[in-house]
Amino acid sequence: MPRPFHPEGAGQLSVTPSESVRRGAERELEMLESLLALGGLVLLRDSVEWEGRSLLKALIKKSAACGEQVHILGCEVSEEEFREGFDSHVNSRLVYHDLFRDPLNWSKTGEALPEGPLGALRAMCRRTNPGPVTIALDSLSWLLLHLPCTTLCQTLHALSHQDSCPGNSTPVEPVHVLGLLHEELHGPGPVGALSSLAQAEVTLSGAMGQASAHILYRRPRQRPTHQTQWFSILPDFSLDLQRGPPLELQRHADPHTPPTAGSTAPW
Amino acid sequence: MLAPAEGGLLDLLESSQRPCVLLKVPRKHGKLTLLCDAKTDGSFLVHHFLSFYLKANCKVCFVALIQSFSHYNIVGQKLGVSLTTARERGQLVFLEGLKSSVDVFFRSQEEPHPLQFLREANTGNLQPLFEFVREALKPGDNAEAAWRCPVLLVDDLSVLLSLGVGAVAVLDFIHYCRATVCCELKGNIVTLVHDSGDAEDEENDVLLNGLSHQSHLILRAEGLATGFCRDVHGQLRILWRRPSQLTAQRDRSLTYQYKIQDKSVSFFAKGMSPAVL
Repeated sequence: MPRPFHPEGAGQLSVTPSESVRRGAERELEMLESLLALGGLVLLRDSVEWEGRSLLKALIKKSAACGEQVHILGCEVSEEEFREGFDSHVNSRLVYHDLFRDPLNWSKTGEALPEGPLGALRAMCRRTNPGPVTIALDSLSWLLLHLPCTTLCQTLHALSHQDSCPGNSTPVEPVHVLGLLHEELHGPGPVGALSSLAQAEVTLSGAMGQASAHILYRRPRQRPTHQTQWFSILPDFSLDLQRGPPLELQRHADPHTPPTAGSTAPW
Repeated sequence: MLAPAEGGLLDLLESSQRPCVLLKVPRKHGKLTLLCDAKTDGSFLVHHFLSFYLKANCKVCFVALIQSFSHYNIVGQKLGVSLTTARERGQLVFLEGLKSSVDVFFRSQEEPHPLQFLREANTGNLQPLFEFVREALKPGDNAEAAWRCPVLLVDDLSVLLSLGVGAVAVLDFIHYCRATVCCELKGNIVTLVHDSGDAEDEENDVLLNGLSHQSHLILRAEGLATGFCRDVHGQLRILWRRPSQLTAQRDRSLTYQYKIQDKSVSFFAKGMSPAVL
């Protein structure tokens, strides 16, 4: 399945260093906030070449910094490994539901989540706390390999729309659901089904060692909009946004510049 | 441009200034290294890691499904290790798949066997194989305190698909091995999977991609696009994933060409084989 790739030209404005930092911080704010603003499901589609867990953790950090409690259904990495890189403030807001250690109850020690993967997922639909909450699913691919697609989609729909349940006398804050999906593992049918549930889709790609996110927004009563953002993720899981693709890519993309012009032959 | 230089695999991984995923660096959890081959034979990597970990005094559990014990032992001796000695002193636990598969059918069904799935019409899961691995690598008494980190080596996982095991069942097996060997015991896992390429083998693709997403390091041996060459046997692509220290993406992938010799493998930058310079 071809991956979308949308290189954009770099801006030509010159700015002072402090203004550049301010604009960078604003863009980071915009990218992460815009992904979290819609509520509902944000689908992160990654690949072997361009992993998405780091961006997932960046979004989790953003949610925690905004005061939200974050529930993580961890299927693919241990809790210790997942919490690596977060500071104590972020970690204090994370609740890790461990499906990694014994997801299929092979150990029979009673430590496994009693109702298995589906039960754990459904338990997250039963909220008792009306405050803002983010639910991170790491990963949707693991769930899709172990549960029927229809069951997973129905549960995801219920999870993403907890605030709109009829009969709710107490208004609740929107739920943010972040789902990590490894594209190569699934056919177009399941991926399409999950995509149709998402309010925002982020497809990770890149070139010349630089990562990019192609974002598709589905805002209510608006046409879908696209955005491409080049970025890198720092060790503390904050984003370092780039103005555009790597310089080498821009140079080769310029139709007026022959690829060999000005280059030094290696021999 | 890289200067032409020959080096062993470990030298390559260390010279790229990545934290050594194999040994030496204390870490919070072990690593899964995925070996993959496409249009070539990547078993030389299995022999390398087997001899490396035995020389490093690690406790090794080797699930060998492809070749006989004597085959690995002969190659191991060329690389400076004796599997016979290692097995006798308890450093090496060797599951010889070719031999054990026959034993399965002559054992009573009540006795658990790591390759029990061969007897079952509907191959369920690989829990018995996981139990075997866990038992082999669990910390023992003080006599085993001399061994360094435990290591699981599997050659190879693709053959399990041919034996009727589903891709998800194989992924679950490696998942549990990761939880036990890497996270609980702080050991490493090295496993080989074949890339079927254009064969459109969906199950193998799910297995290969699923393992790739679980891996910290991927070593992919590929045949040359131009065909056989006497002095360059293939190229090796190294891909670091899930780094503990996030760094520039640019350093994540390197490609070298290699030549397999009698007792070693030499690596060099693409196009820089000593034979063609």
